[in-house]
Amino acid sequence: MEKKDIPQDHSALVNYIRELCYAVGEDGNYETANSTGWEVKTTALDVAWKDIETRILDAKDKVLRGEVSPVLFYMELRLMDIKILSAYTGFWQWTIKRHFKPSVFNKLSEAKLKKYAEVFDISLKELKMEHFNADKL
Amino acid sequence: MQINFEHRQAAHCENGVTTNLLRFSGIEITEPLAFGIGSGLFFIYIPFLMVNNAPAFSYRTMPGLIFKRTCKRLGIDVTRKKFSSPDSARKVLDECLLNNQPVGCQVGVYYLTYFPKEYRFHFNAHNIVVYGKEDDCYLISDPVMEGTTSLSDYELSRVRFAKGPLAPRGQIYFPHLNEKVTKEKFAKAIRKGIKQNVRDMLYIPGPVAGVSGIKFVARKILKWHDKLGNHKTGLYLAQLVRMQEEIGTGGGGFRYIYAAFLQQAHDFIADDRLLAISEKFTTAGDLWRDAAIQAAGIFKGRLTQRADFVNMHDRMYQVADVEKEAFTQLSKLKF
Repeated sequence: MEKKDIPQDHSALVNYIRELCYAVGEDGNYETANSTGWEVKTTALDVAWKDIETRILDAKDKVLRGEVSPVLFYMELRLMDIKILSAYTGFWQWTIKRHFKPSVFNKLSEAKLKKYAEVFDISLKELKMEHFNADKL
Repeated sequence: MQINFEHRQAAHCENGVTTNLLRFSGIEITEPLAFGIGSGLFFIYIPFLMVNNAPAFSYRTMPGLIFKRTCKRLGIDVTRKKFSSPDSARKVLDECLLNNQPVGCQVGVYYLTYFPKEYRFHFNAHNIVVYGKEDDCYLISDPVMEGTTSLSDYELSRVRFAKGPLAPRGQIYFPHLNEKVTKEKFAKAIRKGIKQNVRDMLYIPGPVAGVSGIKFVARKILKWHDKLGNHKTGLYLAQLVRMQEEIGTGGGGFRYIYAAFLQQAHDFIADDRLLAISEKFTTAGDLWRDAAIQAAGIFKGRLTQRADFVNMHDRMYQVADVEKEAFTQLSKLKF
């Protein structure tokens, strides 16, 4: 890539960072220059986020239908998977899978619920979906 | 309290931290040199490590290795520590800062407040330098940022103890300078770096890494298309492109950095073949970028035919061939 070809497209980075790129200068030697972004990268990131949004909405529907507990919804909302959630909460992975069942979730002790609320950065009421407002999140 | 530390922006976080820390110790080193001496160029596909519900790809060596190898090859001792509790981690960090020693830290990105929200995934192998403390705020030099920034005690502790794959566990590291690094030592380190990189890319056992790893993924793309369909394959390709081009991971970008490294190596080792091989890596970088454009067509949903996936496969084969040739030529250099 030559220095003059470094893309300067719009991206989420615009107000934060201009990335540093290495490219060939006019004399054939490598130089550095800043770039605001590249459209291809931006689309790749958009695709990833769209996938995340679908997963969150799916989880929300399932919770509203009473098929799974809110733990799954908040896990998706915080971009986690069971492995990461297990690392943050200290619960075993199979324990978390059990907590996905509404019947198990409803009987969870205060201490365990608090743990989840703390990790998800929400209040206990929000965790129990008593004040559930998905648009706000 | 603030250490007189020069922040320089870099294309990649670990290169940047390594370069900035070594420059603080008085060693004239650039980002490409650090990257090349640390044998940073690589390719690996890790099918069992799912990141955001797609398999992981990496275009560079394991996190931490570039710093480790670069320092070792230049004959510089390194201190590296992990911690079990945030309190002891904070104490050791404060002590280092009091001793006028800027410190490299491995952190997770998800809670990194100064990053744009769109980039905050659970990725735990980001590197920053802490170079001072004012009131309750730590002064941070993040090499991918244009300028320096700061994090509160709580925020820093949170990112240092992020959890999940590659959890940093408060890891800190910094070099000790024992003697001056001579030009001969640099030349020797460069040779070592090139040699190991040749070995990593050409002769690493198993199908998923090195040049053969690129071809493996190329064949996988066709299999994904058969088994998982357009949408899912598109998601995987988006992951491939993000790992290739995204901030701090730049895979195609790494090929350019390596090309720059070979050019700069020429100042230490007067062998004109280095310059010719450098151009090969520029070509490889260009091809990666072209492949990314093709992939973008697929995950945007614009290209949906089987032929388009075959095209992607062919492009990756082409990249693999160019890189194989370049490394084979490097391996034949007798210096």
